[in-house]
Amino acid sequence: MMFLKYAGYRLLTMLLTLGVVSILVFAIINLPPGDYLSNQIAELRATGQAEGVAKAEFLRTEYALDRPLWMQYLIWIGAAPGPQGFSGMLQGDFGWSFEFDQPVSEIVGDALWLTVLVNLAAVLFVYVVALPLGVLAAAKSETWVDYSAAFIGYLGLATPNFLLALMLFYYGNKYMGLPIGGLMAPEFEGEPMSPAKVQSILIHLIVPTFVIGTSGAAAMMQRLRANMLDELSKPYVETAKAKGMAPARLMAKYPLRMAFNPFVADIGNLLPAMVSGSVLVSVVLGLQTIGPALLAALKSQDQFLAGFVLMFVALLTLIGTMISDLLLVLLDPRIRYGAREG
Amino acid sequence: MTPLLDVADLSIGFGTAQPVVQRVSFSVRPGETLALVGESGSGKTLTCRSVLRILPGSAQLRSGSIRFGREGAVQDLLSLPERKMRSIRGNHISMIFQEPMRSLSPLHRIGNQVTEVLKLHRSKSGSDARKQVLETFEQVGFADPERVFRAYPFELSGGMRQRAMIAMAMVAKPDLLIADEPTTALDVTTQAQVLGLIKDLQRATGMAVILVTHDLGVVANMAEKVVVMNKGRVMESGPAAAVLSAPQHGYTRRLIAAAPMIPQVAAPSAPQMHDDLILDMQGVSKTYQMRGGAWKAPVHVHACIDVNLSLPRGRTLAVVGESGSGKTTCARIALGAEKPDAGSRVLFRGKGSDAPLPVHAMDRAQRTQFQRSAQMVFQDPYSSLSPRMRIQEALTEPMEIHGLGTRADRREKAAEMLRWVGLSPDMLGRFPHAFSGGQRQRLSIARALTLDPQLLVCDEPTSALDVSVQDQILTLLEDIQARMGLSYLFISHDLAVVSRIADEVAVMRQGVIVEQAPPDTLFYSPQHPYTKALIAAQPEPDLSRPIDLALVARGAGAPATWPEMFRFVGTDAPALTEVSPGHQVRCHV
Repeated sequence: MMFLKYAGYRLLTMLLTLGVVSILVFAIINLPPGDYLSNQIAELRATGQAEGVAKAEFLRTEYALDRPLWMQYLIWIGAAPGPQGFSGMLQGDFGWSFEFDQPVSEIVGDALWLTVLVNLAAVLFVYVVALPLGVLAAAKSETWVDYSAAFIGYLGLATPNFLLALMLFYYGNKYMGLPIGGLMAPEFEGEPMSPAKVQSILIHLIVPTFVIGTSGAAAMMQRLRANMLDELSKPYVETAKAKGMAPARLMAKYPLRMAFNPFVADIGNLLPAMVSGSVLVSVVLGLQTIGPALLAALKSQDQFLAGFVLMFVALLTLIGTMISDLLLVLLDPRIRYGAREG
Repeated sequence: MTPLLDVADLSIGFGTAQPVVQRVSFSVRPGETLALVGESGSGKTLTCRSVLRILPGSAQLRSGSIRFGREGAVQDLLSLPERKMRSIRGNHISMIFQEPMRSLSPLHRIGNQVTEVLKLHRSKSGSDARKQVLETFEQVGFADPERVFRAYPFELSGGMRQRAMIAMAMVAKPDLLIADEPTTALDVTTQAQVLGLIKDLQRATGMAVILVTHDLGVVANMAEKVVVMNKGRVMESGPAAAVLSAPQHGYTRRLIAAAPMIPQVAAPSAPQMHDDLILDMQGVSKTYQMRGGAWKAPVHVHACIDVNLSLPRGRTLAVVGESGSGKTTCARIALGAEKPDAGSRVLFRGKGSDAPLPVHAMDRAQRTQFQRSAQMVFQDPYSSLSPRMRIQEALTEPMEIHGLGTRADRREKAAEMLRWVGLSPDMLGRFPHAFSGGQRQRLSIARALTLDPQLLVCDEPTSALDVSVQDQILTLLEDIQARMGLSYLFISHDLAVVSRIADEVAVMRQGVIVEQAPPDTLFYSPQHPYTKALIAAQPEPDLSRPIDLALVARGAGAPATWPEMFRFVGTDAPALTEVSPGHQVRCHV
C-alpha cells in the first residue's frame, strides 16, 4: 500500500518533470535565430526559386511557425489549437521533419525501438559483466584476480569507443564472421518482423552492445568493488562470520546486498548516458538508431524532429530514475520507512 | 574441573613487527566468567577474536594453542579445518560486539538474522525455528517478541539492539559466550540492564563467559576471574576478588586508582551563593522541526525545555545526561551555535565589570569578542584536529582569524600553550597522527586556550579516552582552571567524572533538568528516581558496591513510568522545587 502510494507520487513528479523538460527543450531549440523554414526561404529567395518559397511559406503557416513562441510551444505539445486544431505531442502527433520531408513519426518509427533495444542490451551487458567481476575483485582483493579485473577495466575505460568499434568489426568479421555495420542485414530493412529478421538483428547487436557497454561496465565494476570493500570491513560482516556462515553465502547475503544500492541507483544515470553516448557510436557503426537523426536535426534546426528526439531521451532518463527509485524502496527498508540513520 | 577453554602461550603479530599479543595464557571453566581487562592497544580484542579465528587477514598466529571442549571432546581450535571451525562459531562459541548499531545488518529483519543461526547449525527453519527465536527474545527481555522479530535494526534503540545481538548469540545455546566490550557504546542505565541480563542468562544456561572490557567497574560486577593485559602481555591474573582488592602488579594498581568513582559523601557542606555569573541561561527551550513525508505534517522534537542554568565565574557547572537528554543542545545554545526558541534568554558577561550581553542578539563586534571569550573542547580528539594541518597551524589559526599578534607572537603563544598542557614546544612541526588520543585531547585544549578565553565548554572531553588518560586530562583541566580562573560548562554522561570536577551538577532527562545540586549534596541524598538510577547503574570497581538493578529499573524508564510524585507525560513536567538550600528537584508538591 505504502509502495503503491509512493509509486503514484513518483509518477506524478515524473510527469511534472517531463513538462518542465519540454519547456527547456523547446526554448533551447529556439535559441538560435531563425528556424529551418525561414533559413530555407531566405536561401530560395537568394537563388530566385519562387515556387519553393510558396511551399515553404505554406509550411510555415501550416506548422504555426509564424505565431509567437509561447503559442508555438502550446501548439507543439498539443495544449492549444493549431491550424489543424489540437494536434501536438499530447495527441500523438509529433510534427513534420523539414529536413527529411516526412512526418517525424515515420522517420523515427523503426529507429525508436531499435534505440531502445540497443541501449537495453548495453545496460544488460554492463550489469551482467560488472556484477560478477566487481564482486570477485572485492572478494579476492589484492590478488591476481583483482589486478587483472582492474587491468581489463581500465583498458575498457581508456579505449575510445570508435576505435574499439573498428577493431571489433575487423576482427569479429575476420575470425567469427560477424557482420559489419547496421543493425540488420539490408534485405530485412522495412520488412515485417520474422524469425530470420530477429536472428539477423541479434547477430548485428553483438558488436554495438560490446562497444557501447564496455566503458560503462568498467566504471560500474570499479564502483562495485570499492563499495564491496567498504562493506566488507563493517562490523556486521564480522557478526555474520562469528555466526558460522560460509564465506560465499555470507558475501551474497550481507555485503553484496548493501553494495547493491548504488548499483541500482545507477540505472537512472546509465540509460541517458548510454543514449547520448551511443549517438556518435551509432554514426560510426551505421546503426539505424535515432542517434544519427538527432545529429542531423540539430545541425539543420529541424525543430520538430530534434524536439521529439530530445523529449524521448528525457523520457528514458525519467523512466530509468523512476525504476531505480522504486527498486531502492523495495530493496532498502531504511528508505521505505523514511528512517534517518541505520 | 577441566577447563572448557584453555589458551596457552598465544602470540599474534602483524608483518615482521614485534608481536602485539605475547605469550598470553588463560583458561575458562564451564559456567565461569572471565574478564579480559585492558586499555586500548592491550591486545585484548585480538586475543578474544583468535578464539573464534576471526582475526583480520593480515594477522599471523605466531605460537600457542587454543583448546576447547567438554571433557573427552577437546579440540585444538587453531589447527581445526575451516569447515569444522564454522560449526563451532555461533554454535558452541558465540560472540557479541561493541557496537550494536553497526553489528547488525541494516537491511535484514532482526528475526531473519537471528533465525539464521538455527538454520546454519540446527538445520531448522520455518515455524520451528521461529518459535525458538521468539522464546529467546522473551528470555532477553523483549516485551513484544513478535514485533522485534519483524523489526529492522534501525527501528530499535541501542539497548534493544544489543539485546537482539545477545539473543542471536544465545539462540543456539552455546557453551561459551565472548562479549567484546558489549556495553561500552550504551548509556549507563542501559549498560546496567544489559550486564544484568548477561548474568541472568548465564545463571539459567550454565554457559561460560569471556568479558572483554576496559572498565574495572564492569569487572567487579560480573567476573569471577580477571586477566589484566597491557601492551599484549598478561600483567596479572587471578580471582576477581583478589585482583581488585589486593592488586599485585603496579599496572593493575594504577588502573584501579584511575577508575573514576562516585564518592560516598558523609555530610554535604552548605552551598555557597554567587552573583557574578559569567553565563546565565533562563527559560531556554529548543524545538526542532523534523521534515514530514510528502503528505505528513512535520514533527516537533523538544530537545530542551525551559532550562535554567547559571555558571558563576571561575566555577564548573556540569550537565549530566544520557544520549538524547538535550545536554549537547544546551552547550551549543550557550556558545551561540544554535538559536533557542523565542522567549529564551542567554546572557554572557565577559568581565565582572561588563554589562551582561545576550548571546543571541549581539552586534558584529560583540560577537567577535564573545567568540574569543568562549571556546569549546570536543569529544573526539581524533576527528577534531585536521589531519592535514601541522600542530603549529592548528594552534595559530584561531589567532590568525582574530588578527592577533604578529607571526612570531602567535608562534610564541602556541609554544607556551603546549607547555601549559604538558607537551613540548618542539612538537609544533608534527601532524596530529603522530599523537596518541590523550595527547590529541591536550592539543585541542591548547588550541581552545590560545585566545585567552574566559569560558570553556567541554563536550564529553574524556569519554573517548582510556581511564588512565582520562584521569590525566581531568587533572589538567583542574590545573588550568586554578591558574587561569577559567569557567567550565562541562557536558558529560558520567556521574563519576562529574563528581570530581564539578561545583554544581544538573541532571537532564528528555530535555528537562530533573535535579540540580552541588555534587556532594547530590550524592549524599539524591532525590529524583532518575538520579538514583544513574548513581545505582554506575559500575564501581568495588566488590562491596554492586549495581542495584531494582533502583536502576525504577528510574531509568520514561518519565511516565516514574513514581507518582515525579511522573509526567510529554512536555507537561512539574516545576523544579527547592527541597533544601541549593538542591532542586523536579517533582509535584
